[in-house]
Amino acid sequence: MNTDQPTIARILEQVTDPEIPVLTIADLGILRGVEWDEASQQWMVSTTPTYSGCPATDLISMQIRLALLSHGIQNFVIRQVLSPAWTTDWMTEAGKEKLRQYGIAPPVGKAMDEALLENTIVPCPRCGSQHTKLVSAFSSTACKAFYECQDCLEPFDHFKCH
Amino acid sequence: MLSHYLLHLADDALIMSQRLSEWTGHGPVLEQDIALTNIALDYLGQARNFYQYAAVLTGAEATEDSLAMLRLEHEFKNHLLVELPNGDWGQTVLKVFFFSAYQKLLMQQLVNCPDEQVRGIAEKSLKEVSYHLRWSREWVLRLGDGTAESHERMRQALDQVWMYTGELFEQPDYQQGWVDYNAIKTAWMETMWQTLEEAAIANSTGGGRLAAGFQTGGLKGQHTEHLGYILAEMQYLQRAYPNSTW
Ligand SMILES: [Zn+2]
Repeated sequence: MNTDQPTIARILEQVTDPEIPVLTIADLGILRGVEWDEASQQWMVSTTPTYSGCPATDLISMQIRLALLSHGIQNFVIRQVLSPAWTTDWMTEAGKEKLRQYGIAPPVGKAMDEALLENTIVPCPRCGSQHTKLVSAFSSTACKAFYECQDCLEPFDHFKCH
Repeated sequence: MLSHYLLHLADDALIMSQRLSEWTGHGPVLEQDIALTNIALDYLGQARNFYQYAAVLTGAEATEDSLAMLRLEHEFKNHLLVELPNGDWGQTVLKVFFFSAYQKLLMQQLVNCPDEQVRGIAEKSLKEVSYHLRWSREWVLRLGDGTAESHERMRQALDQVWMYTGELFEQPDYQQGWVDYNAIKTAWMETMWQTLEEAAIANSTGGGRLAAGFQTGGLKGQHTEHLGYILAEMQYLQRAYPNSTW
């Protein structure tokens, strides 16, 4: 072990999402852990995909690799864990605020609450109005839905509860 | 054999994905074009997860790509339903509705199976297919209970697709005893009749639909003529330029 866990974690926490560059993989909750494995003498970096088919997944692994290599760390393995499945509940509060400022409405409520999902009010990230309308359940990526503000007329993405 | 069961699950997702992706750029409106493309992408991701696991069990030189791109028609174990042509928009959404209702019930059982890897993939997939089901159900209702034209198209779609639904509850020889397919059938039928009635198309074909025999064979590699064309297009590059990569 040529460096300590907090150092590795700090490096990884700065890796950003290729689709939404204001968010780090830590903000998104897709960085699941960093541990030293004594047996193989390697760092085990665990990540989880947002959606099964998320095209950013391979790219994020590549960015993690590059970030560690650029700090001279070579003894690591990146592995994907599918269970427990990623949920927007793991997104940090700081991450949600960054998302809003970026113009994407953050997930509203808890992913487990299906009744809430059906009747969610998604405030406009631009003017804060609650008078918004769902245009499409899918948007620019699988993890977002498309909304329109009825007051300021801004069309915007909503990061869906998942 | 577990690897065969994984291939069966993967093939369903892959062929579903390949078929639906034909809509990309051709959807009736931009939002729905994007919706279907996103659904196709979810299926592709599910297929990759199952193929990757199957490749590990298959050993030798198998990879997710070789399993998807280098097997022949009779080696594919997907349901006939997923290889059917898309038809019009009504037929496509009905197919997604039938399949995602089945897949949701299947994944609800697989999340409790003894295999950790399969549990993880199922847990992930379950969230996605629940969304597909909600989306496709809304369309079935909207079109079935819509204009005279959309109602008629939905009725025709039902006539075309229904005979391929029975196969969904057939127990594959290679299944691991993890899934109660009869329970899936009971729950699926309940969801179906409720929705078809709500969509005003439940009675539109009289008794003809119920009397029709169900088409099967996909699980054993006996497919419709359509699968060959899908594979010819999907596998072309690897066949023409073996081992080529991006
Ligand atoms: Zn607004």
